[in-house]
Amino acid sequence: MDNRVATLDATSDASRPSALAAALRHARYVLGENPVTAAAFALFGAFLIAAVAGPWLAPFDPLATDAARALQPPSSTHWFGTDQLGRDIFSRVLVATSLDFGMAFAAVALSFGLGCGLGALAGYYGGWTDRLVSRLSDTIMAFPLFVLAMAIVAALGNSVANIIYATAIINLPFYIRVARAEVNVRRNAGYVEAARLAGNGELRVLACHIFPNILPPVMVQISLNMGWAILNAAGLSFIGLGVRPPQPEWGIMVAEGGSYMISGEWWVSFFPGAVLMLAVFCFNLLGDGLRDLIDPRRRT
Amino acid sequence: MLSLIARRLLAAIPSVLGIVVVTFVLTRALPGDPAAYYAGPAATAEAVEQIRVKLGLDQPLWRQFLDYAGDLARGDLGLSVSTGQPVSEELLRRLPASLEITLLGLLLAGAIALPLGILAATRPNSWIDHACRLVTTLGVSLPIFFTGLLLAYVFYYLLGWAPPPVGRLDSLYSPPPHWTGFYLIDSLIARDGRVFLSAAGQMVLPVITLALFVLAPIARMTRASMLGVLSSDFVRTARASGLTPATVLYRYAFRNAMLPVLTTLGMVFSFLLGSNVVIEKVFAWPGVGSYAVDALIQSDYAPVQGFVLVMALLFVAINLLIDVLYTVIDPRVSIES
Repeated sequence: MDNRVATLDATSDASRPSALAAALRHARYVLGENPVTAAAFALFGAFLIAAVAGPWLAPFDPLATDAARALQPPSSTHWFGTDQLGRDIFSRVLVATSLDFGMAFAAVALSFGLGCGLGALAGYYGGWTDRLVSRLSDTIMAFPLFVLAMAIVAALGNSVANIIYATAIINLPFYIRVARAEVNVRRNAGYVEAARLAGNGELRVLACHIFPNILPPVMVQISLNMGWAILNAAGLSFIGLGVRPPQPEWGIMVAEGGSYMISGEWWVSFFPGAVLMLAVFCFNLLGDGLRDLIDPRRRT
Repeated sequence: MLSLIARRLLAAIPSVLGIVVVTFVLTRALPGDPAAYYAGPAATAEAVEQIRVKLGLDQPLWRQFLDYAGDLARGDLGLSVSTGQPVSEELLRRLPASLEITLLGLLLAGAIALPLGILAATRPNSWIDHACRLVTTLGVSLPIFFTGLLLAYVFYYLLGWAPPPVGRLDSLYSPPPHWTGFYLIDSLIARDGRVFLSAAGQMVLPVITLALFVLAPIARMTRASMLGVLSSDFVRTARASGLTPATVLYRYAFRNAMLPVLTTLGMVFSFLLGSNVVIEKVFAWPGVGSYAVDALIQSDYAPVQGFVLVMALLFVAINLLIDVLYTVIDPRVSIES
């Protein structure tokens, strides 16, 4: 008897690191298969560094104006040129990373928390809860989403926090939908029945047994959503909402340079716009990569 | 068929109701006291109170909601504070300008995306498949305001092919007599070739920008759903029965593959109506989006709410149309219901 327990323990001990190794092998295989995903991961790392250390890495003060150096094309001192007030665009783009990423992260975190909670409850309990949550999600989806975000910012007031709330609200339905569908299939799975039978309360079963299992598909949703959240927040500040002018932010920088674009000073909007595009592109590639890693069947 | 359309119309009522409730809540959620806002900073307490009564803000909430719904039913969206004009008239006047570029953008995107998606699905792993994948991933990453400016820089400033990206017409011409509000159609009715060309020229860049943006979801969905259909049993049976490849592809596969594409079209329209706002700012286009943005910057809320309501109702109407088209393409839907 003792012997058998010992061998069981030994196999489970042995299987744990090998499971980890297998996951790593799988990740390496998928990344090796798809070098683009690996590149996206590297790019994401670079963006994170810029977001955290931007103010220290910037060669110039992003707010310092210098009328003598206004609208200079890119050069070895000013890599991305200077804008109409003589501010260094490279420094501004670098420093803006934290604000743009921060807005998108905060919005996605909010809609992840709220959306998954509501969606999980709807999928688990069904009935009235489900009908209420679905109605809420349908009502949000009945609006063109960017227009709804505009309306929310208009109603709540023109500030960065409200841009985050608006972006979070328009992303809610996507999380509700994923969480609801994934919980619904697992509601009566064997391990859930077992957990219930062992005397766990309903909410505990939902939070501790089902929820961890729906995380992989939700993670994919998050990374696909991040790019869109950044685009949305930048779009709102492009039309003049939220971020106030001297503060560096990609969307507003593109807006400020817009009129110079058609008189030939392309660099004022080009660099913030290009970096914004690169960030969104990076998240979309990451999302596709994560999906390949987690759910190979949906590979396209 | 007719009863089906009627049923769909009924099913849209909760959406419309939801939209009206949400826009009402957004009106009442205005920061601070709307009466104080309308009265201006120098107003006395009595003046504020008068305006409160005039606006009906002293009534209970349900009463205010009924008043609001009643105004809407009469097509009254309130007055714009900055221009003093009724919001509904202004929106109606500007709507054709927005619809013109939106519809043309969608047409152009469909004309490119559908063949691209089909070609990519029929030739997996060929260069066209890779091109399709690149286009779809790049397309969804493009900030639409950035592509618009970039196109304006390349085609107006560098190459000089496009007219200055400002407005619907060259300032040399006056707008054609008003029939539909669509300059392309109105100028044709007026048989004015030069205005037609000028209007078309002004439209090229905004339309291409919009098309680039919505190309990606359509191409992606077409490719994915064609791939799915092409590997299905009925296509294999059709092939085995000796039908020509063209018949199999278009009559059997394409028609079935269109259903999911039609479903994505709803989402695509949501993107299109949203990006219109941004595009109109980039190209100084006098549509409903730029009207709302200008009002928003001046804290003039009635136009913004009117705009949101109109866009949402338009979106519901489009989804209805898509539902009906769905039953035209797929007779099974009407048999089932």
